[in-house]
Amino acid sequence: MTINLTLLVVMGAMLAIGIYLMLERSLTRVLLGIILISNGVNLLILQTAGRAGEAPLYNEDLEAGDYLDPLPQALLLTAIVIAFAMVALVLALIYRSWVLARQDEVTDDEEDRRVAQSIGAHDPEEDDEVSTETSEFIDSMDPATGSIRQVDPSERAEGPGEVER
Amino acid sequence: MLIVLAVLFAVSLAAPLMYSWWGRSTFYVLAGVLTGAFIWGLAHIPYVVEAEQSAPLGTADGPPGEVFEWIPQLGVELAFRMDALSLVLSLLISGVGALVMLYCARYFAPRETTAGAFAAQLFAFAAAMLGLVLSDDLVMLFIFWELTTILSFLLIGYSAHRIFARRSAIQALIVTTFGGLAMLVGLLWIGQLAGSYRLSEILAHPELSGTAVDLAVVLILIGAISKSALVPFHFWLPAAMAAPTPVSAYLHAAAMVKAGVYLVARFAPGFHDTTYWFGLTVLLGLATMLIGAYRALRQTDIKLVLAYGTVSQLGFLIMVNGLGTRDAALAGIAMLLAHGLFKAALFMIVGIIDHKTGTRDLRTLSGIGCNQRPLLIVAIIATASMAGLPPLFGFVAKEVVFESFYGYAEVNGSLGWAVMAGVILASALTVGYSARFLWGAFATKRHPAGHENAGQPLPVTEFHGKPDAVFLAAPAILAAGTLLFAVLPLPIEHLVEPFAELFQPADPDIAPTYLALWHGFTPVLGLSVLTWALGAAAFWLLGRRGAPGLVPKEVDAERAYRYSIRTLDDFAGWVTSKTQRGSLGWYLFIIVAVATATPAGVIAFTGHTVPEHIILAEEPMQVVLAAVIIAGGLGAVWAPKRFMAVLMVSLCGWGIAGQFALQGAPDLALTLLLVESIILVVFVLALRTLPAGIWTQNAARQKIGRALLGAAFGLVVMIAVAISMDRRTAEPVSVEYPWMSYEIGHGANIVNVTLVDIRVWDTFGEITVLAAAATGVASLIFVKRRDVQRRALHEVPTGSVGRVLSDKALSPRQAKEVQVARSFATVAREAWLVAGRTLAPEHRSIVFEVVTRLMFHAIILLSVYLLLAGHNTPGGGFAGGLLAGLAFVLRYLAGGRYELEAAIPFSAGALMGWGLAVACFTGVLPLFAGGQAFQSFIVDLDLPVLGEHHLVSSVLFDVGVYLVVVGLIVDVLRSLGSEIDVRSEQESRASSGTGHGVHSQTSLGVAR
Repeated sequence: MTINLTLLVVMGAMLAIGIYLMLERSLTRVLLGIILISNGVNLLILQTAGRAGEAPLYNEDLEAGDYLDPLPQALLLTAIVIAFAMVALVLALIYRSWVLARQDEVTDDEEDRRVAQSIGAHDPEEDDEVSTETSEFIDSMDPATGSIRQVDPSERAEGPGEVER
Repeated sequence: MLIVLAVLFAVSLAAPLMYSWWGRSTFYVLAGVLTGAFIWGLAHIPYVVEAEQSAPLGTADGPPGEVFEWIPQLGVELAFRMDALSLVLSLLISGVGALVMLYCARYFAPRETTAGAFAAQLFAFAAAMLGLVLSDDLVMLFIFWELTTILSFLLIGYSAHRIFARRSAIQALIVTTFGGLAMLVGLLWIGQLAGSYRLSEILAHPELSGTAVDLAVVLILIGAISKSALVPFHFWLPAAMAAPTPVSAYLHAAAMVKAGVYLVARFAPGFHDTTYWFGLTVLLGLATMLIGAYRALRQTDIKLVLAYGTVSQLGFLIMVNGLGTRDAALAGIAMLLAHGLFKAALFMIVGIIDHKTGTRDLRTLSGIGCNQRPLLIVAIIATASMAGLPPLFGFVAKEVVFESFYGYAEVNGSLGWAVMAGVILASALTVGYSARFLWGAFATKRHPAGHENAGQPLPVTEFHGKPDAVFLAAPAILAAGTLLFAVLPLPIEHLVEPFAELFQPADPDIAPTYLALWHGFTPVLGLSVLTWALGAAAFWLLGRRGAPGLVPKEVDAERAYRYSIRTLDDFAGWVTSKTQRGSLGWYLFIIVAVATATPAGVIAFTGHTVPEHIILAEEPMQVVLAAVIIAGGLGAVWAPKRFMAVLMVSLCGWGIAGQFALQGAPDLALTLLLVESIILVVFVLALRTLPAGIWTQNAARQKIGRALLGAAFGLVVMIAVAISMDRRTAEPVSVEYPWMSYEIGHGANIVNVTLVDIRVWDTFGEITVLAAAATGVASLIFVKRRDVQRRALHEVPTGSVGRVLSDKALSPRQAKEVQVARSFATVAREAWLVAGRTLAPEHRSIVFEVVTRLMFHAIILLSVYLLLAGHNTPGGGFAGGLLAGLAFVLRYLAGGRYELEAAIPFSAGALMGWGLAVACFTGVLPLFAGGQAFQSFIVDLDLPVLGEHHLVSSVLFDVGVYLVVVGLIVDVLRSLGSEIDVRSEQESRASSGTGHGVHSQTSLGVAR
């Protein structure tokens, strides 16, 4: 297949600039980067259609090869509209992040940082010494006296949040 | 069999509901259902016993079975088969299960509310266990195996508010799942080696041998020994005693832990002579038996005495069943039944004591035997059976076990005798801990030396209420069974014998053994007597005070387990902290770097030639446009302000639309132009509240790195595209498209027909995504509900929308401008737009309103034309919808949010919903006419005035697309336009009191 150098270079430039912008911290620039990358990919798909051809409107006198390949065009058409929907979604995200935090930047993931601190930390659920229990009815019966304790049902139904030491 | 299993699982699902109606009486129903399963099993006895045991599923004289296809591509089937081994276990599972259910009906408090889920889990466990023993397919076997693991986890963790229960449950889950995974690999491996996943067929292949088979069998055995709690996995079973006692009685005595024994017995006929079998079953079993029995002598909790006893007995069972002789097979299954009977009964007795006294500590329990006669009698029978005393079934079974080891030792010499000696020692310890259990639970004890009342009897432990007949019934029935089968072992023999016949005798000259109370004065009887004597001594010397610990605390298996889990956690944390440092930009950098380096490596290390067919461009215009596009891209990087950058990116888009047009794609050019215009507007609308110029400046070092990475990525993609295009040899699939779209799709616009007909599923998926994205946008902005009801138009005061409330924040010049604008807007007449008057005067533009008025209907008409004509000329649903959307954008910009409401008084969600419905309808309609989904058809109309028309059904699909796209744009406008308007007006009203409006600092300032 013939390679169209102009389209190739434009595609490369779009991708390069897009990646550069996408790695920024500013959300707006990230979005612009995404748009440019999708432009670049659109050009990539366009190139797979080969050399320029007739508009894909059926004409009895034309061979199948005379048209610009319609399949990449169909793919592109959907890609363009999807890209619009995505831009709108990211814009809404940026707006939301601005409203909530007055911030339009990609922030660091606190949760990831927290993982690093968990190494070797004491976790009561795992590490506490727990004495073995000699009755299932500990919470309803006093093992020392053997007398039945009055236990509120809500107390028994307490979830796993409570930790017994 | 499938039906029985399905019914059982269905009942388990219904159990919580039943529990909410009937409370703990539900357990009677569940017991009844399991009794039904037991009777169903009994009814199969004649067919099963008569059948040829080794015959694969499907042979005429084989055992009963069923096969249903499930995943034929993988060779996985719902295959069930009931041979003698399966039947014996089915009877044990359903029989003991029914009794455990009965027991539960008294064990739980009448007003216990949380037991509904418990009932479901326990019952589902019975079903899963039945499925496990009936499966003839390796994958099914594994699925049921893991089901029992998960249910065991849930059941152990029943008292989820106790840390001990939670920890035990997780421990059991991790240990048995670890074994289960090893087993899965082994099962799949052996299935591959044998060329079949049918258990019966694999076992019918005696020629399987070699290192691969040896290793696969090792993996399977790891599953078995972890499930059956053999050393070094034994620690989970005592910890699992945190479960309610019915669970211990069922899962950890009669059923689940027997799954490992079952697996060993199941694979023994075919694989007992593989290399590692003897070591992993017989020797490991012996070690477990000794360790478990000795540790049972040390426990002070009577439930733990039983738990370690169970560990010991499981070792015993695995070793007998792993021996692989005819006698051992008979003995192994008999022992399995005996153990199920007495151990379940003993656990139930412990449960009753715990339930009635509130403790299981044998140092405080005292004098129960004198007061609770019926309980004591049942306990004595079961314990004696455990110790192997006549006339009980435990004795009968143990006799044949000794017999088979004795026979094995006679043939195999010193190793056999060593095993025999070990078994006798362990059995003696068993007698010892049996006595300790009975003494600990029932005897009247004295205060130990050193206590102030040393030598005085302990106070008699008080029972809270007598255990009633129902509570006692279950252990009593089990104890009765122990007694009955000792006297009448023939039914058991009859049932187990066909399975034992699968094995060769240890020595052909020895007469096969049989189950009986009295075999005559044999050496084995002498050995039994020896065990009793040694056992009595063990109890006397060690059992009453508790045996001393023999190993230091550090080699405790549970400690080792927790240490390894801890290390694993820390390692995972370390790896995470090294790779996930928290900066998302960094992650992205790594991802892109990998995506650059990998193809670059491939390109560098494979040979390539320079492409021959290269052209600079189709025509000079392309180069000019290329320069514009690249300039736009670079401009976006350097633009100092947000909207400048957005404009630059739009420039790129317009340039690319030009490239599309030059290549010969008018549809694309049209759509991209429309999209770019809308994006520009939406961008401005969404970001108007953000500061205009604040850009984060990353460090210069980062900038260079990012620039290099971007350039490298672009370059690699360029090279990859050039190479792949140069090498392309295949014909495009689309060469058939032109005639197909014209002849079959009835449309001349090939791209449009591709969208609405040839690749219609793709488009259908896409419009669904559009609707989802629009919903996402709306939910991010509206948060609570979209399309909030606004005021009716006539209620809105003139000039109220977007009004600047305070002039203080304005510069003198701006204030003057506002003044001038206000002086013009004195007329409230709706001159051009219906809602134009609602806008604040400073926001109105009469010229814009006039233009909008003139253009709107023309644009809408044009969009409908694009939609309908798109089948044959450039256009279609997407382009039409976008154009219509643009018309609404115009209305909104010229007349504000009330103008938008007036222009399109429907909910955007409804619009998209209708669009999807129309598209769906087009797809479904041909089905009724006998066609395929989305098949297009043509309707010829000859209308009197309008002339001849061909209506193609796929145009209707395009209408759906059109509606979805319009809905998307309206939704985006309402969210990012109207709703943000409302919010920022509220905000400025709130902040105008404090004197500094947010808007004076934002991009558009007051001009918004």
